[in-house]
Amino acid sequence: MNRHGVLAIYRFEMARFRRTFWQSLVTPVITTSLYFVVFGAAIGSRMREVDGVPYGAFIVPGLIMLSIFTESLNNASFGIYLPKFTGTIYELLSAPVSALETVLAYVGAAATKSMLLGLVILATSALFVPIQILHPAWMIAFLVLTSATFCLFGFMIGIWATGFEQLQFIPMLVITPLTFLGGAFYSIDMLPPAWRTVSLFNPVVYLISGFRWSFYGTSDVSVELSLAMTLGFFAACLVGVSWIFRTGYRLKS
Amino acid sequence: MISIANLTKTYASGLQALKRVDLDIRKGEIFALLGPNGAGKTTLISIVCGIVTPSTGEVRVDGHDILREYRATRSRIGLVPQELHTDMFETVWSTVAFSRGLFGCAPNAAHLEKVLRDLSLWDRRHHKIMTLSGGMKRRVLIAKALSHEPQVLFLDEPTAGVDVELRRDMWGLVRKLRESGVTIILTTHYIDEAEEMADRIGVINKGELIMVEEKAKLMKKLGKKQLTVHLVEPLARLPEALGEWNLALKNDGSDLEYNFNEKDEHTGIPELLRRLGDLGLEFKDLETRESSLEDIFVSLVSERA
Repeated sequence: MNRHGVLAIYRFEMARFRRTFWQSLVTPVITTSLYFVVFGAAIGSRMREVDGVPYGAFIVPGLIMLSIFTESLNNASFGIYLPKFTGTIYELLSAPVSALETVLAYVGAAATKSMLLGLVILATSALFVPIQILHPAWMIAFLVLTSATFCLFGFMIGIWATGFEQLQFIPMLVITPLTFLGGAFYSIDMLPPAWRTVSLFNPVVYLISGFRWSFYGTSDVSVELSLAMTLGFFAACLVGVSWIFRTGYRLKS
Repeated sequence: MISIANLTKTYASGLQALKRVDLDIRKGEIFALLGPNGAGKTTLISIVCGIVTPSTGEVRVDGHDILREYRATRSRIGLVPQELHTDMFETVWSTVAFSRGLFGCAPNAAHLEKVLRDLSLWDRRHHKIMTLSGGMKRRVLIAKALSHEPQVLFLDEPTAGVDVELRRDMWGLVRKLRESGVTIILTTHYIDEAEEMADRIGVINKGELIMVEEKAKLMKKLGKKQLTVHLVEPLARLPEALGEWNLALKNDGSDLEYNFNEKDEHTGIPELLRRLGDLGLEFKDLETRESSLEDIFVSLVSERA
């Protein structure tokens, strides 16, 4: 294993994060605060409780997931797209680094950033609402799995993208709507039966539900199903990334 | 050091960039690969370095297969690309340290300092790359390629667009590296660069390696020059008295063209000019031109046809 190579890429990516430290962390803190002002104070004051959880606290797992999805996709896709864009990818392709090591380094760095961000949002939320974490180990497990899955997905987007527009296409037009419709701010049990059934086709529902269960012990779908779906997405992304490296898709000619 | 056998590359577009290339590069030599744009130089280098996948054939570096034993081959190779691909927001030191780590080497500040000093980059080690001039960025790319102490160094058009001083510095550096045992492969458009640096020269055109020769032998072929004599009065035909020079009448008889080899002890030029004077043929200007690489290719390709 090229330990030095993996560390070099990881440190390089984390250095890029440090360069935009304030932008990376202050923006989500402000956004989270705004969500609490709008959803927690304005709307939440009328909704009181969902599944026995105060509304302000109920939306915390969804808010964290929303940021994790977006940031994981952005971090990982930019991480691999930028070397392609600037041409510095030649160095990575000519280095004695395996596909697994490359993914480990890029996805590891992107997932680290996302998880840090998730924890910052959690800390910010704690300033506004009382938060309870019934299953902390599961909370961490869901956080790590979801971050890694979306970083792998973002990595694939970064490889696939041939321009900045494509880089933004899936996060903005697919993931964000699915997250908003996936129970980030409500329980899907609150929907009419037909829409609830439709929601079950939204994969994000399972991710948010499992994560919320680790906080409050309540969920839209069973936690086993959530875990299975999360692992399934993770495996699907792994297969996708290994295919990219096996074929050299948009990496090697 | 590098053994290439029956190497072909056909891109998805159908372009056949390399056609059954066979080449052996000796340990410790400086090998210059000459060719016009699109000849296949960069494709050849990219395959050896692992950036492009070969269609068929085998490449070995120090006895190791580039596909099956890619870690062994790539860790021995340093590549300086043609384009100035750098991480603009990084400092010189961090980008060079990154390259060393990427190629699997433990940190070694002393080695990096030596490389940066050799390339006159030490004083700028804390500068961001975006603040450096084009020539300095080129030096950074060389420093990155040397950061992991490679045994083989590929320089893809290293002096394209660089000033005379940097060009001379680079030639000096390449010689020093060769003295330390590094095998160097450089691609270039410039014949004088190949002449100055190389032990052996390969000529590639349209994906075919059409010649590999010791420098001295090849430069004799490449060293042809052309003298053009612009006459005051055009000639209808060549006078018989000029027959021994194998001249060509061009531009409606206004120009006399004479091809000669500058390496020859007697080029025949003084005698030609004297004979023109004897014949009363006045000229208003003289012009000499080195054979372009394109001229040489045409001649090499036609020789093989």
